[in-house]
Order: sequence, then structure tokens, then C-alpha cells
Amino acid sequence: MARIDVRKTYKLYIGGAFPRSESGHSYEVTDSKGKFVANAALASRKDVRDAVVAARKAFGPWSSRTAYNRGQVVYRIAEVMEDRRPQFEEAVRQSEGASASAARGQVDAAVDRLVWYAGWADKLAQVVGNANPVAGPFFNHTAPEPTGVVGVLAPQQSSLLGLVSVVAPVVVTGNSAVVVSSFERPLPAVTFSEVLATSDVPGGVVNILTGDAAALGPWLAAHMDVNAIDLCGVAGSPELATSLEVAAADNLKRVRRAPDAEPDWAAEPGLGTMTDFIESKTVWHPIGT
Amino acid sequence: MPTSATTDPVPGLAAYSEVTASDASLRRFLHGLPGVDQVGAEARAAGLGTRSIKTTAKAWALDLAIRMVDLTTLEGQDTPGKVRALANKALRPDPSDPSCPSVAAVCVYGDLVGEVKAVLGDQVNVAAVATAFPSGRASMDIKLADTRDAVANGADEIDMVIDRGAFLAGRYLQVFDEIVATREACARPDGSHAHLKVIFETGELQTYDNVRRASWLAMLAGADFIKTSTGKVQPAATLPVTLVMLEAVRDFREATGVQVGVKPAGGIRTAKDAIKYLVMVNEVAGDDWLDPDWFRFGASTLLNDLLMQRTKLTTGRYSGPDYFTLD
Repeated sequence: MARIDVRKTYKLYIGGAFPRSESGHSYEVTDSKGKFVANAALASRKDVRDAVVAARKAFGPWSSRTAYNRGQVVYRIAEVMEDRRPQFEEAVRQSEGASASAARGQVDAAVDRLVWYAGWADKLAQVVGNANPVAGPFFNHTAPEPTGVVGVLAPQQSSLLGLVSVVAPVVVTGNSAVVVSSFERPLPAVTFSEVLATSDVPGGVVNILTGDAAALGPWLAAHMDVNAIDLCGVAGSPELATSLEVAAADNLKRVRRAPDAEPDWAAEPGLGTMTDFIESKTVWHPIGT
Repeated sequence: MPTSATTDPVPGLAAYSEVTASDASLRRFLHGLPGVDQVGAEARAAGLGTRSIKTTAKAWALDLAIRMVDLTTLEGQDTPGKVRALANKALRPDPSDPSCPSVAAVCVYGDLVGEVKAVLGDQVNVAAVATAFPSGRASMDIKLADTRDAVANGADEIDMVIDRGAFLAGRYLQVFDEIVATREACARPDGSHAHLKVIFETGELQTYDNVRRASWLAMLAGADFIKTSTGKVQPAATLPVTLVMLEAVRDFREATGVQVGVKPAGGIRTAKDAIKYLVMVNEVAGDDWLDPDWFRFGASTLLNDLLMQRTKLTTGRYSGPDYFTLD
């Protein structure tokens, strides 16, 4: 007897829970050859609103954890991802039309990327912080602090490695993130959200919305309670990117501008991915003469 | 705010003078009120909560809700500076938008009334909690002195708590007499009187039947407003409890011609919740009650959410808590 398919209804990931879209809408996800794979939730502006509230709530406790502990948590994400390799490889293969070995390579690189960022958690302050020599009786030092709630428009092409490469640097420094996944290739992001839910990441630190960056971007960019935005997901649409930058200027968000085309995600990212979303706090401490 | 003469019995209430003549008759009357269908009340409240209020209706509802807020701070740590700041916020909730209305009143402890009055003048009412708020456990003389003191300091409205212990023990006449005495203590030398709001602390009354009885008891005793809770006990205001009270004021007006206001307090934190209450007021009591004179929200954090939603409607982008004062 033929077995009945167990079809999965994908949902959003907000505040550590998996709600349906507030709008009730979903959209069809196809593989690289146009064949139906699954339905994904189509996030609306109200889901953006809810996600920002969840991210704001999570920001305080997450940013006040020790950097060492945040490193452990990010490493734990890598561990759990490693356990679910077959599912990720399948998702990447379907989404990006990659060969089995290429998909395996993508997953390898994504896990390695998480481990790389996990290592940076308690080292970044040593590299970008400083004891400043000043002309006066002060001990003057600069330390990096997280910016706050960061909106991330994840890359449209690289559905897993690209996603991990934009999310990990944001959260490892203590920010919380509202992520809009690739519109046409959302399934690796959905699986990644399941990994986040079952690793030690507190609910709300990473919120993943599957939906259209062009529709959700303006709400995220104009939201007065979002402190920074990464426009990577609108790479190749300079007019949209410009309008998002204009909207983001209202509350002086930090903006990581959209590249002309998606970068080569396999290359080592460099520290800029992390330092784009930190604030430098400088303390002048009197020490007497 | 309408004011009426202090001690004259309201004409429509005369018919009930026999009811309130003795403990036995009062108990007979209150226990003779029809029981509340708990499941039905909760289902009705939940059903009314699903209405969708959008665009211009939402803008109207938000402004009305702001005008209905009794901006409240009832903490042991209240300082004169904090209540003055709160009073300024009550006058101009959104300093960046002159079209934003003032709230209905500022609600503080009795000893801080003077501070608030100095800021508000006659532009916004000052409400004071009295009668050994929040427990109501003090002797009658102290409760009345508490009330007179607040009125003398210039309070426009008095929020009193009933003696829940006496109510639950079935000593209804004692509760009735306390409300009547407190109402007399609300009198001012010029013959007007401070508005009296009677707090039931519905979270301690156990059943909806008791809420209905307490509502009738307070209205018969001459309350100008009936109020759900102190905000110090969980659960505080809920939609079904407010539904029962709205039905009571509606029925009371039909029976006596006297209109009494309702004030849910505590636990209403979002604009969405506030709009659910407004829908219920309109559907249960009628639009006569859709006015700050007849319906109030006792709240502190609610105002900021209302302002955020209002800003969202006017600017078209989501606002954040960073742009509004905390208290």
C-alpha cells in the first residue's frame, strides 16, 4: 500500500516559537527546476512588528551575557547543525540545484563559519577595543558594545552559507536579529530556525521570517525600534536599496549597504561583518596625577 | 464632568429604599439578581474581542482611549518629582504632536494630590485612591479621614475600595453603609462633591455572580463609577468581568434612570486590548458610555502603547518605546 505523504507546513520563527503568519498567507516554494516542494509562510508587516518586539525583549539579557558564553552558544548552533547535516544538504540541493557534493560543501562551510564566529565572540574586544593614550590624567579605554536590534535581509542566492554568514556576526557580538530569508529559497532558513530553537539560543535573539525582502524591507528599514539593518538581500536592486537607506535614515540606523552582487561567501569574511554592528564605548577614568 | 448635589437621594433610587433598609432585604435583593452564565459571558467577551477596527475608526478609537485613560501611579516609591512628571505627561501625552488629546485624569495616592493639582490645575482631573487602598483593611474613621483629606487637597475623583472581607462574609449592608459614608465624605464645602469610584477588586470576589451583586450594591449606594480592580491583585481587569459590570450599569439605568460609569483597571497594556474594551462598551452598554465621563481605563503602560499606535497611524512607520517617556 502506498504511504501517504507527511506534508509539512512551514511556519515563521518569532520569539522562540513557530507561529503562522499573522496574515494567514503562505506561498509555494519550488526547487531549482520549478517543481513544487513545500508551502512556506508569507510574512507580513505585522510579523515584522511582532519579531521586532521579540528581538527587543531578547536584546537585554542576550547582550548582557558574557562574550565567552555567547561564543559557547554559537558553537552549540554549529554542533546541532552538524547533527542535522542530511536535512540541510537536501534543502540546499533542492533550493540551489547544487549537486550532492556541492551541497555537502555548502553545509560544511556553513558549520565552519559558525565555529569561526563562535571563536571571535570573546576575542573581538581585544582586537577592536583599545587602551587609548591620552594627554591627561585619565585611563582611557574603548570597548565594543552591541548596537541593538538588527534587521537582516538575508542573501537571495546563497540560502544557507549566505544566511549563516550574515546572521552569525550579528548575534555573536550581542545584537538580536530579525532576519528575512531568501524569498525563493527559504527552506534552509526554516531548518536553520529549527536548529536555533533546539540549541541554546534564547528565544527572540534570532527571528526568521520567510517572505519577500522587497515587501518587508521598507517596514524593517523604517521601524523606529530597529537600530541597524543589513541590506544584503536586495543586492542587485540599487533603487530599492537606496529607498531602504533613505527610510533607515529616520532614526539614524546603522546600514550595511547592499553590494552590487552577492559576494563569494566561501571567502573568509573578515572582521567588518562584526564591527559594522557594534558601537564603540570610550571611558575616561580619572587616575590622578 | 457632570456634578450633582451631594446627599439628595437620586429620584430613581427612591424605589429601592426598601431594598437597602436592612441587611436581610439587601441580601434578598442581591441574591435575587439573575445569575451570570459564566461560559456565556466568557464566550461573548471573546467574540467581541475579534472585531477588526481599522484606519479612521482605529484613529478615532485610539484618541478616545487616550482621553479615557486614568494615568496611574500607585507605588510606595512615588516621589513628588515623579508624579509631577506624570502630570505633565497627562496634559500632553505626545509633546511632538499638539493634536494628541489629554488623558482623563491622573490617579495617585491621596498625599500626592497637591503636587499633581499644582501642575494640572483644572485642565485634567486628579483622582486619589482612598479608604486604606489597596486592602481596605482599616477602621471606618481612618477610611473616612483618608477620603476627606484627599478631597480637601483638591482631588476631583476618589477611588475607594470596598471591604471585600465583609462582602464575602455576606455583610452587604456594612459595605453599603461604607460606600454611603464615603460618598458623604466626598462632599466639598461648596455643595459639590468629588466623583466617587468604587473598586471591587474582582480578582478577590471569586465569581461573576459576586461581581454583579457588588455592582448593584455600589450603584444603589450612590457610586458614580464602578471599577474592577486596584491593580495590585491578579487577575485584575478582564473582558468578561467588565462585560458583567457593563450589563449591570445598563440594567441599572433602565431600572432607575441613573447612569453610572465603568472603569476597568490593571492588566490592560496594549492598544489592541483597549480597543476590545471599547467595542464591548459599545455593544453591551451602548454608545452613551463611549465617553471619558462614563468609561475609563486605569492604566500606566497602556498610554505608551496607544501613543505608539497613534504615531504609527500618523507617520506610517512603526514606532518604538525609546521615543516615549517611561512613566
